[in-house]
Amino acid sequence: MLIGVAGLALAGCAGGGDDDAPDGQAGGGGGGGGDQVTLTVATFNEFGYEELFEQYMTENPNITIEHTKADTADNARDALRNSLGANAGAADIEAVEVDWLVEFMQYPDKFADLSSPEVEGRWLDWKVDAATTDDGKLIGYGTDIGPEAICYRADLVEAAGFPSDREGFAEWIGDSWDSYFAAGREFVAASDAAWYDSAGALWQGMTNQIEVPYETPEGEIVAATNPEVRAAYDAVLKASVEDGLSAHLGQWSTDWAQSFQGDEFATMLCPGWMLGIIEGNAAGVEGWDIANVVPGGGGNWGGSYLTVPAQGDHVEEAIALAQWLTAPEQQIQAFLAKGTFPSQPAAYEDPALVDSTNAFFNDAPTGQIFIDRANAVEFQPYKGPNYFVINTAIQDAITRVDVDGSADAESSWAQFVSDVEAIG
Amino acid sequence: MSTVTDAPTRTRGRRPDDDRPPRRIGLSQRLGTWDVKLSPYLYISPFFVLFAITGLFPLLYTAYVSMHDWDQIMGQGEFVGLEHFRFVLGHSDFWVSLRNTISIFLLSSVPQVLVAITLAALLDSNLRARTFWRMGVLLPYVVAPVAVSLIFSNLFADRFGLVNAALGLIGVEPIRWHSDPLASHVAIATMVNFRWTGYNALIFLAAMQAIPRDLYESAWIDGAGRVRQFFSITVPMLRPTIIFVAITSTIGGLQIFDEPRLFDQYGRGGAGSQWKTLTIYLYELGWTQSNFGRASAVAWLLFLVIVAFGLVNLAVTRRIADTR
Repeated sequence: MLIGVAGLALAGCAGGGDDDAPDGQAGGGGGGGGDQVTLTVATFNEFGYEELFEQYMTENPNITIEHTKADTADNARDALRNSLGANAGAADIEAVEVDWLVEFMQYPDKFADLSSPEVEGRWLDWKVDAATTDDGKLIGYGTDIGPEAICYRADLVEAAGFPSDREGFAEWIGDSWDSYFAAGREFVAASDAAWYDSAGALWQGMTNQIEVPYETPEGEIVAATNPEVRAAYDAVLKASVEDGLSAHLGQWSTDWAQSFQGDEFATMLCPGWMLGIIEGNAAGVEGWDIANVVPGGGGNWGGSYLTVPAQGDHVEEAIALAQWLTAPEQQIQAFLAKGTFPSQPAAYEDPALVDSTNAFFNDAPTGQIFIDRANAVEFQPYKGPNYFVINTAIQDAITRVDVDGSADAESSWAQFVSDVEAIG
Repeated sequence: MSTVTDAPTRTRGRRPDDDRPPRRIGLSQRLGTWDVKLSPYLYISPFFVLFAITGLFPLLYTAYVSMHDWDQIMGQGEFVGLEHFRFVLGHSDFWVSLRNTISIFLLSSVPQVLVAITLAALLDSNLRARTFWRMGVLLPYVVAPVAVSLIFSNLFADRFGLVNAALGLIGVEPIRWHSDPLASHVAIATMVNFRWTGYNALIFLAAMQAIPRDLYESAWIDGAGRVRQFFSITVPMLRPTIIFVAITSTIGGLQIFDEPRLFDQYGRGGAGSQWKTLTIYLYELGWTQSNFGRASAVAWLLFLVIVAFGLVNLAVTRRIADTR
């Protein structure tokens, strides 16, 4: 019935789910032979699956895989929401980002239960926990995670007279946000560059270290009253505006992307998937390096899951494919192709991952660094159904102060509180 | 009207030797009359049938949705009457979006129509390589909005943008295109104007060419200059076209979505709602917050705003064109 309202938006994605053959009696499992099955897989950004699909189709001649890739995660989210609302049009396998996984966890009936003895213990505990409903239903198979480290411009740090080698730098900035900001104050006093790119980017790191940031598991919205949230908000804005540590760039903006070509800032929070983005934006700039540390302990930023919407015609075949894709061996292939860091601990023993280095980041042993960073992550913050909306509202609040300069911390917080109250 | 009365005569006249019985002539005559009376409606009916399905039904259905709690995925909830309208009208975001929408609309539509009409007058004069110039003004219209936004986001970047770099050369302080509401409206209106001015100019040009040339000749003999001719002949003769362009650009301008959505990396209209338009607000309610009830309420309010503006527009353009 929703088609009436969402008709225009839907027109583009209808017809993805239904295939040619009415194969009511299709045998279970992936390799049963017999009928030809076409599986659609919807991803966004880069999952590194292109070659894996070819391999799977060669090994399973009865399976044809069609891959659709959304340009941004937000568009993928909107498309999946539309398909679930209309009960038609979803792909057989839909990739879901961790930040909006929680929204879909509200509708477990819309997804197939993926739990199976074969995949027990395959992922890091917190990765599985985030995709498991209260009654034990597994909604998604983990693909990658985003363990955070600090990327920095060794040349700028050295020019300002501070230790610039990986170990020395890590020791200097310490392992708390206070020591990181203190090092920043020393740095900006000795350099023209800012300490970090954007308050909003740091916020992502800080909020990922709060166990219950915005909503309680009981469903109460506490974002506006949670003292931990307020303390982190005040700390990041004091450092950004009063201490002048921020380069006042909105993350992902045109200015932000351009700024990598100059000497605008010295450090930034970098989850594994950020390396490729830095390398792309900072092409031709020398001096980037990466430190095996993150203020405030470990943290995870981003990462995805593969889900199987229950509305599909080939749920069993889709589950088999999703299981195969998220096995450690395949995830390492994806990592080597696009740098998506595995969420499967078994992969951390693999020499292909352990020994990998990154030439752009001064040959840093990125494999080992991110394995250490992944092991340092102790929990994933509790994210309720309104996480995306609340986090957007507080990011806007920070942007108003840090980037736009159109409000001070106090009035921007008041606006955030009223935004949160409007949710309902 | 003349076709209506002519048609049966013509059918009869075409078959002078036909000696079928009178009864059958009577039937074919009646069929002919039906044909003449009904056919025109039948020919235009596909549009109205399509409109009923894709336009009217969603319109009414949206009204139905707007009176219920309605989750995007779970669908219909309880009946809540006008509660969503009350919420939306009581929320500052709606009024800010309305302000932004009207501001961007005025900054785009008004200059657009004025420039388009001037451009059309220039193109209507004797130019060398006329077709080249005429196609030239249409070129921006062919460029996809996404590409336009990409180009303009580089032009209007706050810190490393071309426009600010150029302003810096003549000693003007950089403009905060993404922070200051008015500056962001100007930037977005520029994108809209870039795309639509040429299109409207061609519509005006087509209408201008239908104006009988002897009017200009008589005016010329009476001693009227080019400017006088433009205001005393061209503009009044363009009246229906001006009304058409004004109405379509009002509807388009108030529904503006692509340009503000692509103006920054998030597409939410700015952290402080600097350039959040009504359509972006609607999208945010429906697709980010999953609240189709509220989104439908905004859709209806937007519809009413457009109708109101359309009527004002009609009155104003009538007045302008009538005064001659």
